[in-house]
Amino acid sequence: MAFNNHQTLKDHFHETQIFNQRILVAGIVMVFLLILLLSRLAYLQITNQKHYATLSDNNRVSIRPIPPTRGLIFDRNGILLAQNLPSFTLEIVIEHVDDLDKTLEHLGKLISISKEDLKRFNKNRRKKRRFEGIPLRYRLNDEEVAIVSVQLNDLPGVNINAQLSRHYPQGKLASHAVGYVSRINERELRKLNASNYSATTHIGKVGIERTYEDLLHGQVGFQHVETNAQGRILRVLDRTLPVSGKNLYLNLDSKVQAIAEQSLGDNNGALVAINPRNGAVLAMVSMPVYDPNLFVHGISSKNYKLLSTSPERPLFNRALRGQYPPGSTIKPFIGLAGLELKLLQSHDELNCPGWYMLKNDERRYRDWKKRGHKKTDLIKAITESCDVYFYDLALTLGIDNMSSYLAQFGLGQKTGIDLRGELAGLNPSREWKRRNRNLPWFPGETLITGIGQGFMLMTPLQLANATAAISKMGEHFKPRMVYGIQDQQNSQIVETKAEPLKNVPINDENNWLTVLTAMKNVVYGVHGTARGIRRNLKYTIAGKTGTAQVFGIAQDAEYKKEEIAKKLQDHALFIGFAPYENPRIVVALIVENGGHGGSAAAPIVRKVMDQYLLNNPDKKVVTMEINNGEVTP
Amino acid sequence: MNWQNSSAMNFREENRLSSGRRLLYRFHIDLPLWIGIILLSAMGMVVLYSAGDKSIDLLNRQFVRLFIAFIVMIAVAQIKPSTLKHWAPWMFGVGILMLVAVLVLGEVGKGAQRWLNLGIFRFQPSELMKIAVPIMTAWYLAEAPLPPRRGRLIMATIIVIVPTLLIAKQPDLGTSLLIASSGIFVLLLAGLGWKIIFTVIGLMTASAPIFWNYLLHDYQRQRILTFLNPETDPLGSGYHIIQSTIAIGSGGLYGKGWLNGTQSHLDFLPERSTDFVFAVFSEEFGFLGTLLLLAVYIAIISRGIIIAVNAQDTFSRLVAGSLTLTFFVYVFVNIGMVSGILPVVGLPLPLISYGGTSMVTIMAAFGILMSIQTNRKLVGA
Repeated sequence: MAFNNHQTLKDHFHETQIFNQRILVAGIVMVFLLILLLSRLAYLQITNQKHYATLSDNNRVSIRPIPPTRGLIFDRNGILLAQNLPSFTLEIVIEHVDDLDKTLEHLGKLISISKEDLKRFNKNRRKKRRFEGIPLRYRLNDEEVAIVSVQLNDLPGVNINAQLSRHYPQGKLASHAVGYVSRINERELRKLNASNYSATTHIGKVGIERTYEDLLHGQVGFQHVETNAQGRILRVLDRTLPVSGKNLYLNLDSKVQAIAEQSLGDNNGALVAINPRNGAVLAMVSMPVYDPNLFVHGISSKNYKLLSTSPERPLFNRALRGQYPPGSTIKPFIGLAGLELKLLQSHDELNCPGWYMLKNDERRYRDWKKRGHKKTDLIKAITESCDVYFYDLALTLGIDNMSSYLAQFGLGQKTGIDLRGELAGLNPSREWKRRNRNLPWFPGETLITGIGQGFMLMTPLQLANATAAISKMGEHFKPRMVYGIQDQQNSQIVETKAEPLKNVPINDENNWLTVLTAMKNVVYGVHGTARGIRRNLKYTIAGKTGTAQVFGIAQDAEYKKEEIAKKLQDHALFIGFAPYENPRIVVALIVENGGHGGSAAAPIVRKVMDQYLLNNPDKKVVTMEINNGEVTP
Repeated sequence: MNWQNSSAMNFREENRLSSGRRLLYRFHIDLPLWIGIILLSAMGMVVLYSAGDKSIDLLNRQFVRLFIAFIVMIAVAQIKPSTLKHWAPWMFGVGILMLVAVLVLGEVGKGAQRWLNLGIFRFQPSELMKIAVPIMTAWYLAEAPLPPRRGRLIMATIIVIVPTLLIAKQPDLGTSLLIASSGIFVLLLAGLGWKIIFTVIGLMTASAPIFWNYLLHDYQRQRILTFLNPETDPLGSGYHIIQSTIAIGSGGLYGKGWLNGTQSHLDFLPERSTDFVFAVFSEEFGFLGTLLLLAVYIAIISRGIIIAVNAQDTFSRLVAGSLTLTFFVYVFVNIGMVSGILPVVGLPLPLISYGGTSMVTIMAAFGILMSIQTNRKLVGA
C-alpha cells in the first residue's frame, strides 16, 4: 500500500474533519445518555425517595414479639412449684438452608437427634412457613450448645434459641393440682388471642396452669429490630417490654401434700384437705402422680402411651374428677337429715340383727357386721357404722328428703373450686332416675342410698367440702386453690376472697352436736371404727370411716389374675376434721381397693393432720419479693 | 498548513510549561487525566471501605491493585503511539490465539471459561483484547485513506467480530459487547457511512428474534426478562435489581451518610463491593454525591475526547477516541444496570468497583491516552 505525500496530506485534513464530526455526534449521544441516566437517578432519588425509603425500612425493620415471662407458682410456704428455666432449642429456618438433608446429617454428627425429633420436625415443617424457625431439638445441654455454636457459620439456617421454659422443681409433687404447660395445639390456637400469644409456644393444659392461664401468661411485648437479608437480628431499634404473668401463691401446703402422697404410697386414691374456715385447699392429692416436666418439651409418644393407657390412670385427677360411692361416710349427713327433719330422735333405738328386710321383699340387706349391732341409737350407729340403722332411717326419710337435704351440702353439684374440669358427682333422686334411666325409683334403692351406695357418687373434693360444712355447723366456702395473685412489677399481692356458700340451715344446734359427737366417737369410742388412730393424738379428731363396695371392673381395664383380687377389694374412705373443738383442717380420703376405711384410710388422714396442725397451722402464707426476676422472701 | 500551525503552537506551549509539568511530560503523564483518575480512585476507596464493611484488608488489596494499575499506566504511557501501532497485529494475533486456548483448555471459573492459567498468575485474554481490538482496527483502517472503502470495511468488521464471538462463546456477554463496541467505535470515528450505520441498526433489530432464540444463553435470556420485569422473580434473578433500586432510591437527595447505608450494611444488596458498588455510593451519598461522581467521570471522558481531537495522526486519534468512548460505555452500562434501565451484565464500575484485571486494563488504556497526548509534539516536529 503505497501512498504519496500529497495524498496523505489531503486525506489528513479530510480525515480530521470526519473524525471531529463523528466525535461531535458521539458527544451528543453521550450527553443524551447521561441525561437519561441522570433523569433515572433523579426519578429514583428525588421523585420516589419516600417510596424507596419505605421499602428500605421494611427491608430492615421488622417487628418481633417478645414472650412475657410466665408467672411463678408457689405453695403457702413460699416453695416454688413451677418456675422458668433457660433452655436452648435448635431451630432450622428452611428458607436459608441449601441442602436440608446435608444439614441434618451434619447436625446428627454433632449432637444426638432422635427419630422422634426428626418426626416432629417433619410434622412441623408442613405447618410453619419457610422463613420461620422450626425446632429440631429441645433442651440442648451446655456442651451441645457449644458444639453447635462453633459450627453455626457452616450451617446456614440453623439457629440456637435461648428461651425460658417451664420447670416443675418439685417434680411429681402435686402434679395434678399444679398441672403442666405444653405446646399450643391447633385447637387452642384457634381460640387464642393470636397477638398476645405470638411469641408464646406453651400453654397451660391442666390444673392451675390451665385455670389461671390468663393471669400466668402475661402480656406480650414487641421490639422493632433491624435485620439483615438472612433475618438475623442486628440491632434493636425500640421495644415495648412484655408484662410478666402474675405469680400465684397456692393455699396448698407442699409438706402436707408430700406426707399425703408418701402415705398413700403405691395405692391409688385421692385426698383433699381443706381449711373449713375459708375453703383454702391445703392439699389435693391424686395417686398415682406423674412428672409434669415430661410434657413441657413434648412428651415422647412412648411415654405418653405409657401414661395414658396405664390401668392406674396417672393422668386422671381423682380428687377433682374421680366419682366414688361415699359409702358409710355419708352416714353423718343422713343422720343429721333425720334429726333436722324431725323424723328421728337422737335417743331412738333400733335393734340390728345384722340384716334388714323390706316388706314384700325376700331380699336381705346385710350389715357389715354379720351378728349385728343389737340395740343401736344414732350415736352408736355412726360410731360403729351400723348399716341396718341407716337402712331404716333412709326408708323413713325417703329418697326425696335425702336428696334434697344432701344437696345443701353440695352433693350432685360442682363445688366451684378454681380448677377446671371438676365433676359434680351424683345425688340420685326419683326425678333424676326417671329422666336419665327412664325407670321408677325402687324402695331398695333408697335403702342402699342411706349407706352411700347405689347410684350416689361423690368426688373427694365434694366429700371434703361437705365435711367442712358439717364441721362448721352449716358454714362452708367455695374451695380455693389460690391464696393470692402477685404482680411481678411491684410484688404486690392481691389475696383471693373466701366465698361463702349458702349455709346449711340449722333447725336445732343440738342435732348437729349429736352428729359431731358421734363423729368424735368414731375415733374415741371404744368401738369407734377409727379408734386405731387415737393413740398419742395431741388434738382431737372427729371423722367417719367408709368402705365402699366395688361392683365391677371397667371393661377395658386389663388386670393380671393376681391383681383382680386386689381390684375387687372395697375402697377405703375416711372423712375427718380437727381439732374437734375448733376445726382448722378437714380431710377427705379415698384409697382405691384399700379395704377398710378404719385401717387403710384413717391413719393416713391422721398423718396429714399431724403434719398440718403440729406445725403452726395459722402461719401466714409466705410471700416473696420479686426484684428483676430475683425471688427473695 | 493547519497542522504546522498547531505544532508550532504546541512547541510554544511546551516552553510555557512550569518545571513541574515539564517533569510530568517527560514521564508522559497527562496532569488533568491523572487528577481525574486519582480523584476517582480516592472516591472508590472511600465507598469500598463502607461497602466492604470497614474491611481494611479489602482496602489494602484494592490499594495494591491500584498501585499496580498506576505502574502499568505509567509504563504504557512510555510506549510511543508509533510503537503501539507496530505491535498492533502481534498483540491481536496473540490475543486471538489465547482466546482459542481459553476455549480449549481454559479453567472453569464462575460457570464460564475466561481464565488462562499461566502458571504464575491467571490471565484473562479478553482483557488484552479490550486494548488489542481497537488498536488493531485503528491500525488497519489508518493504513488506507478514510473513509474506508468496502473491502477494508469488511475486513475490519471481521477483525472486530472474531474476538467478539470467541469471548461471547466463553460466555462473557458483557466483555464481548464492550470489545465489539470498542471496535465499532473505531469504525464509526473512521467515517463509516451513515447509510451503512442505519442499515446495520435496522438489520440487527430485525434479527433480534434469531439472536434471542439461538445466540443467547438461558441465563442471559433470564437476565433480560428479569430486567423487563424484576418483580416476576423478586427473590431470584430480580433480587439484585430490586434491592439496588431500593438502595439508590432510599438514598434521596443527600444520602444516608457514609457507612450508614442500610441496604448494603444489612446484606440486602448483593455484590455490593463489585458490580453493584454504585448502589452503595448512591445510597450513602444521595443524588448530590452521584452528581459529583458523574462529574468526575465526565471530566475524564472530556479529557479523553480532547486528547483524541488533539491527536496528530489518524491512528492515535481513532485509538484515543475509541478508548474514551468505551470508557463511557463502561460507566453508562454499569450505572444503567444498577439503576435498572439496562439488563444486568457483569460489568464493574471503572476504578470504583473492587476487582483486579479490568482495572489494570482501564489504566493501561489511560496510559495509551497519556502517551498519545504527551508524544504529540514529537510527531509534529
